[in-house]
Amino acid sequence: MQNVTIHIIDREGKKHAVLAPTDMAMNLMEVVRSYELAPEGTIGICGGMAMCASCQCYVNSAHKLNAMEDDEDAMLAEAFNVKDNSRLSCQISISGVLNDLEIELAPEV
Amino acid sequence: MIKTDILIIGAGPTGLFTVFEAGLLKLKCHLIDALPQPGGQCSELYPKKPIYDIPGFPEILAGDLTANLLEQGKQFQPGFTLGERAETIEKQEDSSFIVTTNKGTQHHAPIIAIAGGLGSFEPRKPKLENIEKYEDKGVNYFIKDPEVYRDKKVIIAGGGDSALDWSIFLANVASEVTLVHRRNEFRGALDSVEQVQELKLLNKINLITPAEITALYGEDKIEGVSVARNGETQTLEADAFIPLFGLSPKLGPIGNWGLEIEKNAIKVDTLDYQTNIPGIYAIGDVNTYEGKLKLILCGFHEATLMCQSAYKKLNPNKKFVLKYTTVSGINGFDGTRKESPKAVVKAII
Repeated sequence: MQNVTIHIIDREGKKHAVLAPTDMAMNLMEVVRSYELAPEGTIGICGGMAMCASCQCYVNSAHKLNAMEDDEDAMLAEAFNVKDNSRLSCQISISGVLNDLEIELAPEV
Repeated sequence: MIKTDILIIGAGPTGLFTVFEAGLLKLKCHLIDALPQPGGQCSELYPKKPIYDIPGFPEILAGDLTANLLEQGKQFQPGFTLGERAETIEKQEDSSFIVTTNKGTQHHAPIIAIAGGLGSFEPRKPKLENIEKYEDKGVNYFIKDPEVYRDKKVIIAGGGDSALDWSIFLANVASEVTLVHRRNEFRGALDSVEQVQELKLLNKINLITPAEITALYGEDKIEGVSVARNGETQTLEADAFIPLFGLSPKLGPIGNWGLEIEKNAIKVDTLDYQTNIPGIYAIGDVNTYEGKLKLILCGFHEATLMCQSAYKKLNPNKKFVLKYTTVSGINGFDGTRKESPKAVVKAII
């Protein structure tokens, strides 16, 4: 099993380096939840369907991520606190190319 | 006052299945939900999404699951208080409860089953200075009665189906409809997007994109808004501002009912999913315990055990054994009876 290291800045500004498995079909939102870096009920509310924007994050590093699909793009068009580097973490799947990725969780709405 | 045996707070799949399980035990249910229709997340967030982990259904649309659950419970004649949020709870001397909604509807029941999922769906409010000051004074997050907007100047913000649909509807009611969206593209049914385009050409909808509302004005009520577009800000006169940015679930008033809360969920005893307050149960996504999984099928299991416990609480001296519907059939409260046809046994001579 291969793990990648993801750097996650939580909503209080604290940085965490966590290991995420690449062979469990996980997405970034699920990694945040599995390490309990945001309180339950405040992230991934829709379960990962790009329907609620509660898992919005800002991508700080220059990693090339999977392109945004229409539903994610449309959800971000309606979300608050959106920046140019905003993504829905539920739409980013964990793979080897994400090693050392740094993200910051957007504020809770 | 509405009286029932089990008052269910939340009409999602777990709440709806509780009606059926309670009905088998001859207990009557009434459901309260903040949304105007039953189904919870399944009907509000993803009615067209397939679910693959409902036992016995290799694939079922969330909307169809809701419809099936309603059908399954129909014979037990559940009551519904929809579009109202359970606000307060008062314990009575006889240990029963009175639950009052935000609209003042009162419900009396000896057993409360909180099946509130992630909480009640509340509108996502844009961060605008003083927006609270104008709430119900020109600012509304839901449209209850479109007639309120007749011959008024209405500003709608948002890019989803609600923003599009209400702009279309109000185009023939209000004197002026302005739709403001952050992007040029809308996230809605193609048909609605086309209709908005047509109404724009007919000057019935004033479309401002890509733009954002940046400020609200008015003495005692909304009188105008500022709209920023391409770095320029203009002020528009307005009698009403309707931000439609979708809904977000919040645990809400239930969080203040004296229940033990952990991780935004209600702690329960896995023996029967009762909370720290006897007579109040929590089932489905709203509860938490060691090993909890937020799955619809777990909610069904919890609802079933909870109903058995509620029955024993309500009938402490009455003997009861679990019955199988294949054997006993179902006697509906509406007088209907369902049972398997008797097999004809022929003697072999």
